[in-house]
Amino acid sequence: MDEIQKIVEGVLKGEKRSIARAITLIENNHPDAAKIISQLYPFTGKAYVIGVTGPAGSGKSTLIQKMVQELRRMGKTVGIVAVDPTSPFTGGAFLGDRIRMQALSLDEGVFIRSMASRESVGGLAKATKDAVRILDASGKDYVIVETIGAGQLEIDVVKVAHTIVVVLAPGLGDEIQAIKAGLMEIGDIFVINKADRENADKAVIDLLSAFELNAEKKWKPPVVKTVALTGEGVNELLNEIERHRKFLESGVFEDKRRKLVEAELTEAISRKVAETLVLKLKSEGEFQKLVEQIMERKKDPYTIAEELVKRKIEGKEA
Amino acid sequence: MSEERKIKVLIAKPGLDSHDRGAKVVARALRDAGMEVIYTGLRQTPEQIVETALQEDVDVIGLSILSGAHMTLFPRIMELLKEKGMTDVLVFAGGIIPDEDVPKLKEIGIKEIFGPGTPTDVIIKFVRENAPKRR
Ligand SMILES: Nc1nc2c(ncn2[C@@H]2O[C@H](COP(=O)(O)OP(=O)(O)OP(=O)(O)O)[C@@H](O)[C@H]2O)c(=O)[nH]1
Ligand SMILES: [Mg+2]
Repeated sequence: MDEIQKIVEGVLKGEKRSIARAITLIENNHPDAAKIISQLYPFTGKAYVIGVTGPAGSGKSTLIQKMVQELRRMGKTVGIVAVDPTSPFTGGAFLGDRIRMQALSLDEGVFIRSMASRESVGGLAKATKDAVRILDASGKDYVIVETIGAGQLEIDVVKVAHTIVVVLAPGLGDEIQAIKAGLMEIGDIFVINKADRENADKAVIDLLSAFELNAEKKWKPPVVKTVALTGEGVNELLNEIERHRKFLESGVFEDKRRKLVEAELTEAISRKVAETLVLKLKSEGEFQKLVEQIMERKKDPYTIAEELVKRKIEGKEA
Repeated sequence: MSEERKIKVLIAKPGLDSHDRGAKVVARALRDAGMEVIYTGLRQTPEQIVETALQEDVDVIGLSILSGAHMTLFPRIMELLKEKGMTDVLVFAGGIIPDEDVPKLKEIGIKEIFGPGTPTDVIIKFVRENAPKRR
């Protein structure tokens, strides 16, 4: 049996070593990664995926630990993907989410993987999605994705989730206001964590009043107060997640899934076509010539791209 | 888009030490050298360390210890790694470790021991040169 086959079968049996190897291969964009995903694909779609996002330090990891402990009590198995930013200057990353999840580290029903965002924008969303698929195919009932809600990149990542939980905390400062704008649109459930601190109630009221503005929506995002350190409010949060799941399953689920699949197929085609075409141009030596034309400002990249599509894809001479 | 293998390192603190300044300095230095560093906090058992290394599929484990329990904890970690078939992982250690223990630790597979105050450049260079070339 070849190595890929072994990894695929290991993942399907839920073997941790195989799951870990499979995620490494997709993370590194290894040539065999696509084969692994295509073989696992028919076994995916069973896990419920929860995205947890919000500003740095709002308590996401601490809260996830408490949520998972509760899910474990209910007999559910869980996979966690914790994404942290790669430094754009050094390419390195400090992956520290496990510090707050130590109580889960020896639980046989939990698999935790840290991922660095690395440099490529589309790439991260794809790698996270595939990591979620691997955990899904391994038989986990839930997969939780943690990411800092700082920009478009993170927002794309968390879109793999069925339910997106936005975790905020009182008194995190003005930057939150800006971040919130982006997060407001994607959150299905909002958490005001650190409710043991002052101003938690004010934060809740602020949020609720923001929702009054778009009251026409079918799903009105609830706001839950939690203290992740003690577990207060975690049951209520899980109940809200369950309620959102029921809401999705009552109709919009297929719609939402179709939209995600459409976006993903578009992305996969663009990637593959671009990759193939560039590679071909390079091997034919044409790529360098085109670069020269742009360097000398004889042409611009957009015109060249358009001409290439006509010539190479539509089969017309430009 | 191209295939790229980043060095992934787990910095772990076994034993009952109550501060982790040294471990964090090393973790940051390795990050600044372009590596992906997983840090798990204080008071890790050998079982937790090896399980984390397995799930994260790391290339390198750096153990930091001050408490003096290295002669019981380190062999246990090496034994567990062997049990799980993770013998290709590079293991190094740092902290307060008496000279006379060094040969014994190297014998059980700990590749290098760095004393307190080792310049981080030395550790970075060591990791770069010795990290296994896996795919
Ligand atoms: N007072 C209080 N502190 C909390 C609560 N939840 C988390 N914290 C603390 O907040 C800090 C950050 O918690 P994390 O769980 O690491 O937050 P995070 O959102 O995962 O952080 P990043 O992953 O770095 O963005 C830690 O020191 C926690 O102990 C809470 O409910 N109340
Ligand atoms: Mg975190």
